[in-house]
Amino acid sequence: MQKFKAEQKMPTDLKVKKGLNLNLKGDAERNLVKLDLPSKIAVKPPDFYGTVPKLIYKKPDVYVKAGDELFYSKYAERTRFVSPVSGKITAINRGAKRRVLSIEIEPDKKQEFKDFGKANPLELSVDEVKEKIFSSGCGAFIKQRPYDVLANADDTPKSIFISTYNSAPLGPSFEFILNDKMEDFQTGLDALTQLTKGKVYVGVDKKAQSDLHNVKNAEIIRVSGPHPAGNVGVQIHNADPINAGEVVWTLRPEDVAIIGHLFNTGEYKPERTIAITGNAAPDHSYYRTIIGAPVAFVLPEKVDDSKIRIISGDVLTGEAVEYDDYINFYSNELCLIPEGNTHRMFGWLPFKDNNIPSMHKTSFSWLFPKKKFDVNTNTNGEERALVVTGEMEEVMPMDIYPMQLLKACMVGDIEKMENLGIYEVIPEDFALVEYVNTSKINAQQIIREALDRVLLEVG
Amino acid sequence: MNIIRKQLDKIREPFEEGGKFEQYQPAINALDTFLFVPKYTTKKGAHIRDAVDLKRTMITVIIALIPALLFGMWNAGYQHYVELGQEPGILEAFMHGAYKIVPMIVVSYGVGLAIEFFFAVKRGHEVNEGYLVTGLLIPMIMPIDIPLWMVALSVIFSVLIAKEAFGGTGMNLLNPALTARAFAFFAYPTYMSGNKVWVSEASNVDTISGETILGALAGGKEVAYNTASMFSGVIPGSISETSTLLILLGAGVLIFTKVGSWRIILSGFAGAAAMGLIFNALPSLGVEGNALTNFPWYQHLIVGGLAFGVVFMATDPVSGSQTNKGKWIYGFLIGFLGVMIRIFNPAYPEGIMLAILLMNVFAPTIDHYVVGGNIKRRKKRLKTQPAKAA
Repeated sequence: MQKFKAEQKMPTDLKVKKGLNLNLKGDAERNLVKLDLPSKIAVKPPDFYGTVPKLIYKKPDVYVKAGDELFYSKYAERTRFVSPVSGKITAINRGAKRRVLSIEIEPDKKQEFKDFGKANPLELSVDEVKEKIFSSGCGAFIKQRPYDVLANADDTPKSIFISTYNSAPLGPSFEFILNDKMEDFQTGLDALTQLTKGKVYVGVDKKAQSDLHNVKNAEIIRVSGPHPAGNVGVQIHNADPINAGEVVWTLRPEDVAIIGHLFNTGEYKPERTIAITGNAAPDHSYYRTIIGAPVAFVLPEKVDDSKIRIISGDVLTGEAVEYDDYINFYSNELCLIPEGNTHRMFGWLPFKDNNIPSMHKTSFSWLFPKKKFDVNTNTNGEERALVVTGEMEEVMPMDIYPMQLLKACMVGDIEKMENLGIYEVIPEDFALVEYVNTSKINAQQIIREALDRVLLEVG
Repeated sequence: MNIIRKQLDKIREPFEEGGKFEQYQPAINALDTFLFVPKYTTKKGAHIRDAVDLKRTMITVIIALIPALLFGMWNAGYQHYVELGQEPGILEAFMHGAYKIVPMIVVSYGVGLAIEFFFAVKRGHEVNEGYLVTGLLIPMIMPIDIPLWMVALSVIFSVLIAKEAFGGTGMNLLNPALTARAFAFFAYPTYMSGNKVWVSEASNVDTISGETILGALAGGKEVAYNTASMFSGVIPGSISETSTLLILLGAGVLIFTKVGSWRIILSGFAGAAAMGLIFNALPSLGVEGNALTNFPWYQHLIVGGLAFGVVFMATDPVSGSQTNKGKWIYGFLIGFLGVMIRIFNPAYPEGIMLAILLMNVFAPTIDHYVVGGNIKRRKKRLKTQPAKAA
């Protein structure tokens, strides 16, 4: 198991050994394109898992400023969700059982911001900082572990984690995204230190030299090793593991900068940098726009989404979206890969089709570690009963037995799940397990459903 | 390729949803996916998946088995002609063996797959590939002269009782192939042991010495073979168990492809060597011992079914230990107990089958304690937590 080794005092090093780096075609190039506002944006309540939205405006045709409230969480009322832009609400779309699917807003030419008040978070009281973050819509950026749901403002987490090391296949570089936002990022960290009695940890890529190594008021973890080393779950597990009854909060790096911007200017201005990646992407730049922008806004060239899958998020954990849909709230990436709905003759023969990446030694693809692989969405086989053992452990750099935990989740044995570490994982921690699994089981879904079940029964 | 695909799609039509033979879809799927990897795309979770699937894994095991199988065919013929006092050509010997063994494989696959297809259709799940390996293993570990109907009955027993009764592939407690052999062994002992069954048509010859090495040892007789023939496998025995050389070649394939656990294979041989060494040390402790206890430890590793069992049976991931630590313990005990049973029970000197079945039963217990260590660490962390905070 990896040891959390203290080097002098700080920073600490985390060397991850188990895992798998997937070398795929279509990395983003470091070329930042700043875009104006799109003609339409949307806030989608389903992006906030488990949140039951209570709308402020039941009908469209209302003008809002950037930072004006749109809805709040029914079961955590202090968490408010606000408009990212100033403009006119043009539609409130509902699905089955009148569930709110999206609130569409047409941005004004000239943006007006609600004033939340400029302040140095280190000079404010804990409650003032908390109130500012949760009432301004920034609470939506804070996720809670266990359960992978939004943080509750009434909790005080034992620590807060941010991983700026993106080890996911084709994952955009947070060093690059944050390059011109370091001031806001630092202020955001300062604000977060007020929310916890413990430490704020920032995971950084040990190999990449960037300003992120020098941030203040936070414990730096210099992470190295293959994916999922960059997953915040691995860093939590090694630095400050979650026990039953404990709560840890996590944030994504660009969102910390948005919180910082709020304190530095008093304005809620949720800029989102989207990297276009994947072997089916027309170009591979970073686009800076606003949260809730349409997919078509960063992909002006029409993409046939029946032939090409558009993934909002990374290729292992993201969500498929349609071309005329909106980018998900948290995504820093749109990944485009071809759909793989074709047959492959005798594709099950060992050592055939070595152009498909495989961790297993029944293919020769491991002989080409430098090669960039073309991938598609084919499952490369059918779902089967769990037979092969030992493969999941190879990509799980936590002191957790993945197969035993998955089986406990499948049968819904809550005590066993607790014993085996369900509180320490969220679906994304099982993404690689799902990828390498010979039996093609949907591990992330199993973990998600198990977490829902534990949340319901244990709370 | 396109033409075949189009034909297949046409054949499939009545089996699709809403078609006439909808309920038999698993059967047509099994045939279809044998030709083509299906065009299914990811629906949930990770959008890309590894190139491996269960078919590929199982076929790799079959590839690993082929050297031992082909050698078994030749050796069966060779032993037969040698008993008759003739010196056969390679092809002649091979054809004799194949003539005996191919029908056994056909019966084993035919009967076993029929049951698998039946349960797949009945339970509405896909046909699992596990039986491709089991169905080949069963004839490989039988004596050459076993009647085909006994093969069929053993297959039925093992698939129904050892596998489907537990819920099918992935759920079984015991290794199905070994269960088939154990069934035949206890149900038809005269066909499965003694000195008349190991050489093809040996019962037709009067002056027979066609017993296995372990049989000879148990009977207190001289062993007529040297270490080299034990290792190469030109000795009587179950069809494919004799050649340690080719079994190790298969082990190489399994270990290289990581389909078989090197931990189990290595610790299995280590356990057998350890037990052999213990018994070999008896004379120096003043205990006389017998032919079996004094049989050199390294020869224990290369005679009988030990090598075949450790490499191809113990490594079955479903019935074996599932944790890496557990695999060490599980493998070691198989070798250790296998040699112990072999030595202590002259009535049945081949103990490896029983050792593996016994450890199959204990594998979940081993895992329970290994995983328990993980649970303990987690609970300990929780206990030390408040102290740290205070």
